[in-house]
Amino acid sequence: METGSGGGGWFSRERTVAKPGFSRWMVPPAALCVHLCIGQAYAFSVFNLPMTKLIGISESAPDDWKLTELGWIFSLAIFFLGVSSALFGRWVEEGGPRRAMFTAACCWAGGFLISAFGVSIHNLWLIYLGYGVLGGIALGIGYISPVSTLMKWFPDRPGMATGMAIMGFGGGAFIASPLSVWLMNRFNTETHIGVMETFVVLGIVYFVFMMVGSIIVRVPAADWKPEGYVAPRENKLISKNDVYVYDALKTPQFWLIWVVLCVNTTAGIGVLGQASAMSQEMFPGQITPIAAAGLVGLMSLFNMGGRFAWATTSDYLGRRNTYFVFMTLGFILYCLVPYTGAIGSVAGFVLCFCIIISMYGGGFATVPAYLRDMFGTRYVGAIHGLLLTAWSAAGIFGPVLVNYIRQYNVTHDVPKAQAYGTTMYIMAGLFVLGFICNFLVKAVDARFHMKNETPALGAADAAAKA
Amino acid sequence: MENTNRTTTTTLQLVLAWGFVGIPLVWGVFQTLLNTLQLFQ
Repeated sequence: METGSGGGGWFSRERTVAKPGFSRWMVPPAALCVHLCIGQAYAFSVFNLPMTKLIGISESAPDDWKLTELGWIFSLAIFFLGVSSALFGRWVEEGGPRRAMFTAACCWAGGFLISAFGVSIHNLWLIYLGYGVLGGIALGIGYISPVSTLMKWFPDRPGMATGMAIMGFGGGAFIASPLSVWLMNRFNTETHIGVMETFVVLGIVYFVFMMVGSIIVRVPAADWKPEGYVAPRENKLISKNDVYVYDALKTPQFWLIWVVLCVNTTAGIGVLGQASAMSQEMFPGQITPIAAAGLVGLMSLFNMGGRFAWATTSDYLGRRNTYFVFMTLGFILYCLVPYTGAIGSVAGFVLCFCIIISMYGGGFATVPAYLRDMFGTRYVGAIHGLLLTAWSAAGIFGPVLVNYIRQYNVTHDVPKAQAYGTTMYIMAGLFVLGFICNFLVKAVDARFHMKNETPALGAADAAAKA
Repeated sequence: MENTNRTTTTTLQLVLAWGFVGIPLVWGVFQTLLNTLQLFQ
């Protein structure tokens, strides 16, 4: 595979090496330019209802798309996020952040423009291809593109650095949701729903925004260190050695962290998607639909804030200890949720879920630094890309656990207010599994360490797999 | 080589870069907070 480390002109890694005197505080905004844009994915649902009325306008016509058909757009995008981050991780790492950000910008904007065309000729397959496939690839490449760069600039605070970027992914929906609604209102007429025009505008705006990130991003020179930086004293759980991306897959550490992330994400996704319905069913008469929408907004804020707060905290607590906190606190809170329902404590319920969601976001934001501690900085972006398959798996487990167990309980005459109890205890049990896996994480065996820029377990073997 | 010259990042550049991402983010958070207030009404 062409690595992009030589040639490539303006996009090459060499051309992005910062000159002496460049402030590292320019790099987080560059990363945020990308993450704030691709974070729009969380807000895609604002288009679902308008897209069911593109023909009928005031109400759905027989030829209009169904919500179930539209649901596949987001699912495809998340699926291709996992696939592309796993497949292109090494290319992103070796080609440098500018090339990756530019590619993500082209795919993201291209996805919106193809989708706009799909809306204009009413062809759903084009939207699957545009937003689902191309947009999903942009999500994967864009998500991992600034991760290792940030950690190289902030070796003293890697958790905080990646926390800032990944916070942007959580915050992107806050901008996209009201912006999309405003744009659609501007383009709506009595005979036309302005989804197509909104897609075109968003595609152009996001392209410009992401290109700004691509222009200002820099990687540090090989010998660069922050002023006054002293490497941390000997710590078995912070490796000074690098592990080649495909060798990381052969270590138990990778798979243990995979399970830990999957557990944390399953627990978060499960309640995030169902919080509105769950809160209304557990507190009938106390939480109205409008209040439930407010709860979802509040949880989103905690999701975003948790990304920065927990990842920053991990710089002081240590990555493994931070995940111990997630697993222990998660277990306690999930056990408490049915109790809050039983005693009718809305405040207790809201507090439990807000902390759980903060840890869901915190898990995403802390994991790049955890991987860096285990496998070094050299291929951490690519390894992170492979680990994101845990997210895809959790995207299936979480909603299935919540929805199907609730449905089973309801059909077996369990009152709706109590239908979530079993799920909450199963989630708590998952945290026990996560705690055990986290406990088993030890330093990576020295035989996996790279030697002189070559993979430890044989370059030919690795190249064949690449 | 490009990276052998010295450069200085000015405060203005930092303000512009952070403002570019910070202003939309703060606006988005504010809009979400307005919606969130419904929970407490």
